[in-house]
Amino acid sequence: MTSAVASELTAELRGFREVQRLSYACAEAVAAQLRPGVTEREAARMQREWLYERGVRDWFHRPFAWFGDRTAFVDFRIPLQFFPTNRRLEPGMPFILDMAPVYKGYTADIGYSGCLGLDPLHDKLLADLREHRELILREVRERRSLREIYEDVDRLMVRQGYANRHRAYPFGVIAHKIDRVRERRFAPTLFGFGTQSLKGLASDALHGHRDGWSPLWSPYKFSDHPPTTGLWAVEPHLGFRGTGAKFEEILVVTDSRDPEQSAFWLDDDLPHVRRWNEGAV
Amino acid sequence: MAGAGLKGARERRVRTGGIELCVAELGDAARPTVLLVHGYPDSKEVWSEVATRLAEEFHVVLYDVRGHGRSTAPAPLRGGFTLEKLTDDFLAVADAVSPDRPVHLVGHDWGSVQSWEFVTVPRTEGRIASFTSMSGPSLDHFGHWIKTRMTRPTPRRVGQLLGQGAKSWYVYMLHTPVLPELAWRGPLGKRWPKLLERLEKIPAGDYPTASLPGDAAHGAWLYRDNVRARLSRPRPDAFAHAPVQLITPTGDAFLSERLYDDLGSWVPQLTRRTLPAKHWVPRTRPDQLAAWIGEFVRAHEEPSARGARPAGQPVRKGVRPEHAERFGGQLVLVTGAASGIGRATAFAFAEAGARVVAVDRDAEGAARTAEMARLIGAPEAWGETADVSDEQEMEKLAAKVAADHGVVDVLVNNAGIGLTGSFFETTPEEWKRVLDVNLWGVIHGCRTFGAQMAARGQGGHIVNTASAAAFQPSRALPAYSTSKAAVLMLSECLRAELAGQDIGVSAICPGIVNTGITATTRFAGVADEAEEKRRQRKASRMYGLRNYPPEKVADAILDAVLHNRAVVPVTPEARGAHVLSRLAPNALRALARWQPPA
Repeated sequence: MTSAVASELTAELRGFREVQRLSYACAEAVAAQLRPGVTEREAARMQREWLYERGVRDWFHRPFAWFGDRTAFVDFRIPLQFFPTNRRLEPGMPFILDMAPVYKGYTADIGYSGCLGLDPLHDKLLADLREHRELILREVRERRSLREIYEDVDRLMVRQGYANRHRAYPFGVIAHKIDRVRERRFAPTLFGFGTQSLKGLASDALHGHRDGWSPLWSPYKFSDHPPTTGLWAVEPHLGFRGTGAKFEEILVVTDSRDPEQSAFWLDDDLPHVRRWNEGAV
Repeated sequence: MAGAGLKGARERRVRTGGIELCVAELGDAARPTVLLVHGYPDSKEVWSEVATRLAEEFHVVLYDVRGHGRSTAPAPLRGGFTLEKLTDDFLAVADAVSPDRPVHLVGHDWGSVQSWEFVTVPRTEGRIASFTSMSGPSLDHFGHWIKTRMTRPTPRRVGQLLGQGAKSWYVYMLHTPVLPELAWRGPLGKRWPKLLERLEKIPAGDYPTASLPGDAAHGAWLYRDNVRARLSRPRPDAFAHAPVQLITPTGDAFLSERLYDDLGSWVPQLTRRTLPAKHWVPRTRPDQLAAWIGEFVRAHEEPSARGARPAGQPVRKGVRPEHAERFGGQLVLVTGAASGIGRATAFAFAEAGARVVAVDRDAEGAARTAEMARLIGAPEAWGETADVSDEQEMEKLAAKVAADHGVVDVLVNNAGIGLTGSFFETTPEEWKRVLDVNLWGVIHGCRTFGAQMAARGQGGHIVNTASAAAFQPSRALPAYSTSKAAVLMLSECLRAELAGQDIGVSAICPGIVNTGITATTRFAGVADEAEEKRRQRKASRMYGLRNYPPEKVADAILDAVLHNRAVVPVTPEARGAHVLSRLAPNALRALARWQPPA
């Protein structure tokens, strides 16, 4: 497994890692509480409350929860459909929890895929995500253009027989930049997104537009540039006939000349990575 | 002496209620017992093909219903054929052949009608492990079916009543006194085998047996003793106490498919199957019946399988029940199955419960398709490597598939490659390549697998992937369009030739679908590799923007097989072009002159 250069993380990266770990802990805690009959709204509220109790006051985006074929965004046409609904969880259903809390000014954006009960197909999807994680890191280290990497991920999905479902996200992004956010007492959200974070993203977009890069990693021309330094929340999302699976975690891109240091996953001690490593043993 | 076609059967006679039943047994008596009940006008020999297939795995028991074959008839005949007495007969046979284990019941036509009685009366409870019904409804359910439609006659219900009423003409005839007996013992009995051969397409041979006139004459009392009584006063408690598999032939001239619409409320564990065939399925579709019966028996025999999903029912949400009913357990072979439409088609059949053979040049991709197919519902799936343009490879593959998995029920000749560029820039080699794959691939597929299908004589279906380019000319696609137009015409000709053998042929014309074909398309006249890559990428992007998913084409393919459609344009642009090609061909000709930008 490609490992993060964990030994000498700066204080800033440690801050991001802390909130990412907190988020995954939240996802695992909520996933463990999911029972048949729980609705998406309830699952989203459980995430919100869990994080609120631990000091989260602002969001990059508020928690999402998708159950059943909504994990593969079947028939999603408008962005409002991303918001949690009253769909109830049933035995055997896949689910995805997706949250992006801001904690002590650091942002994380994570996605956690699970399944209520055993489903070999869901296991397969999760296992196949590993190749995507490796591909993305490898090609970022090679400093390929983001658009090219996007297309390579797309091709890998097609070869695996899956549909690219991150295409359904706003602007079809596979990743977006995240950054520190100023802590304010008043932190409203707009369509589920924290205004502070949106402001940061907008300002990045403006600067990027002048300098020829974008904080959104998309299949479009504005992503036709090598990876820019900073933190990217990467979220490849597979869909297969009504079952979806994704992970989302922070990729650190630096300006180091050493390929190992030029890009790395912020943390390798995450549920999906542990799962692969356990499976490999 | 064993009956016709029942070679090696052990016979015994079972005495019950003043008559003697002739019972034949095949296979190992220690195995689960499958009891086959014949219909009217038949004797147990109607099952000979199915019985010999089932005997390899099960203890198969058949008997002549009283008054039929070599069982004796009650005297007097009137009142001797009531369902109560037939139930006595069944219990006597079941006790004789399988005293301590419940039997798996299979009934066709009147055998199914009486089996419904067996499976819905309390005194047989615990004696029946499962019941497979074909072409014979419960008279009680039928009575309720008529009643609900008479008491609330909406136009649709009246239509259903009239439809079934017309199909039941022979029931009215059989209620006239003496005449049916005279006809059967006279001219009708003599002509019956030829009639069956011509109208029902039953293969000639040792069926029907010589006892037919007597069987048919006695059997008229089955109707006279039961039909009026049960239809006018149906039992209100006719609930099945065993799992039921209902096999509905869709071309049955005597029974409407609609008869079974309300069956779910009578049968707690119901599995539905449909079969494109006429009434006498035990004669015309023995392979499929034996497979479905075997699967159903196994599912309700092993304790481990109990509580598992009933055989043939879709596991996954979003699978259309009519697809699962029709394709469950069938063997489907798809070429070009490593990507695009082929892969999506393999997955769609897999979801419906079919066994899938995924064929492609790309071994890894084919194996991957098979692996994923197993995960979404295919009981079995295999990846095979073959180049469809290679005759020998296809012949080898056909032999291998037939030996390992049997004759394919649905063949999808889908593999194809793209080639674009002006006619004069297309080299002979390029022409040859595109015709080899797109046309000869289909020809090889039809010759090898289609021949097996025809030789088996139990129906089947061939799907050929043509293209909207088959009727939309274009200056940019001369070779590709030619190959696909040929596939379209080949499909139509083959459809005409194979119609007599119940093998349907469909040509699918997808249109612009987001698949990998653009990424491998050859651009004739473009020598520079980088330039070709650029154009491929551009075409892929265009197709990606159109973004018509191959899954929808796969769905159209399943529907085409289900409804035996001849030509199926899929995307709106393909449908539009198809209509225009007939209404305003000049419009398409004008469009053909358009040169796509490089």
